[in-house]
Amino acid sequence: MKDYAAASTSTETVPVATSGDVVSMRQTVRTLAQRCGLSLVHQTKLVTAASELGRNMLVYGGGGVVRAAPVVDAGRSGVFVEFRDKGPGIADLELALTDGWTSGNGMGLGLSGAKRLVDEFDIESGPSGTTVRIVKWGR
Amino acid sequence: MNTESNTRLLVDTLTARRDDFLAQWARTVGEDLRGRLSMAELGRELGELYEALLRALSAGSLDSHGEEFGETRSLLIELSRNRARQGFTPTDTARSVFALKEVLEPSLTGDADSVRAYLQFSRLLDDLGLLTSEAYLRTREEIISSQAEQLLELSTPVVKLWDGVVGVPLVGTLDSARTQVVMEKLLQTLVDTDSTHAIIDITGVPTVDTQVAQHLLKTVVAARMMGARCTISGIRPQIAQTIVALGIEFGDIPTNASLSDALRQALKEVALDAEDDVRGLL
Repeated sequence: MKDYAAASTSTETVPVATSGDVVSMRQTVRTLAQRCGLSLVHQTKLVTAASELGRNMLVYGGGGVVRAAPVVDAGRSGVFVEFRDKGPGIADLELALTDGWTSGNGMGLGLSGAKRLVDEFDIESGPSGTTVRIVKWGR
Repeated sequence: MNTESNTRLLVDTLTARRDDFLAQWARTVGEDLRGRLSMAELGRELGELYEALLRALSAGSLDSHGEEFGETRSLLIELSRNRARQGFTPTDTARSVFALKEVLEPSLTGDADSVRAYLQFSRLLDDLGLLTSEAYLRTREEIISSQAEQLLELSTPVVKLWDGVVGVPLVGTLDSARTQVVMEKLLQTLVDTDSTHAIIDITGVPTVDTQVAQHLLKTVVAARMMGARCTISGIRPQIAQTIVALGIEFGDIPTNASLSDALRQALKEVALDAEDDVRGLL
């Protein structure tokens, strides 16, 4: 997926190192979603997806950086969020994206659920870290 | 000219024109505070302060940290505490002390001796003014820490809604630590109030992700083990859609859109239980 954050001038960057950071990152994403005119349902879905991915990054990747930016494409407007960590990476992406599978003690719905909550979902993972990029479009 | 004659000059002046100075002082401070404090109260406060100041000066001291000024200091600390609680600014508070300088200025700048006395007095008032700022800040810190404590207690209330029905209105985010507190309080309240129904209301939880859902489910399971029937209420439309998309299943846990619906349902069940009990006895 294109790195929309790099192209945007109003990118917000939030480091996530504690669970308190997840809460403030969520607020940043919510504010951005409101500014981009996403409906309440779309806002809630995006924020929930961001919450899942942010917490995954914290629990499995040892924390990382979140970048969020508004995107406009072909008359639609939406929100782009990128989660980048320098953790050990995900060994089996297909397995990790399976409902109910977890390597920790969660519900095993975070990654797969987040994918369902957004319109575009892209994940790259290797031994040097994991990057997840999502876009949620407005109506 | 030494400290002693300076203080004598100050005491003489302050004694001779006491009423005049006091009235002027109260007026100046009153203007600063723009009528947010009654003139009678202000007059009493400043009167006490004036007398204490005069007594300390009569004892021959100009050292604000000295024993002689003990009474003045405690009066000032009291004044600052009150101002901080009433929402005045630190400037308002310190100005109450500094205003006395303005009052004294015209009558103490005649000759060289009185100028010297005035300067020494002015230094004293500066120290006392700083003292009020310190006391003010301390009071504000006390207020903030007590509010933080209150907030922590407030954030996880468990309330009895009806005979046999307890409610847990959750506000904010639900992490492991809060879940633990909520669970403990809920289970204890179930026992203490002899309740059979618990309603967990999540109207005030802005984001329900898998972590929050997992904690909610754990709490419900624990309450069920105590024999209570548990309902989750306050599921708003956007939360319902998000939970479905995430793929979270609440299983056979009853959920409601509003707390009142959940309460109505619980009351019905409590009434049915009571009927059954009566029949059982017969």
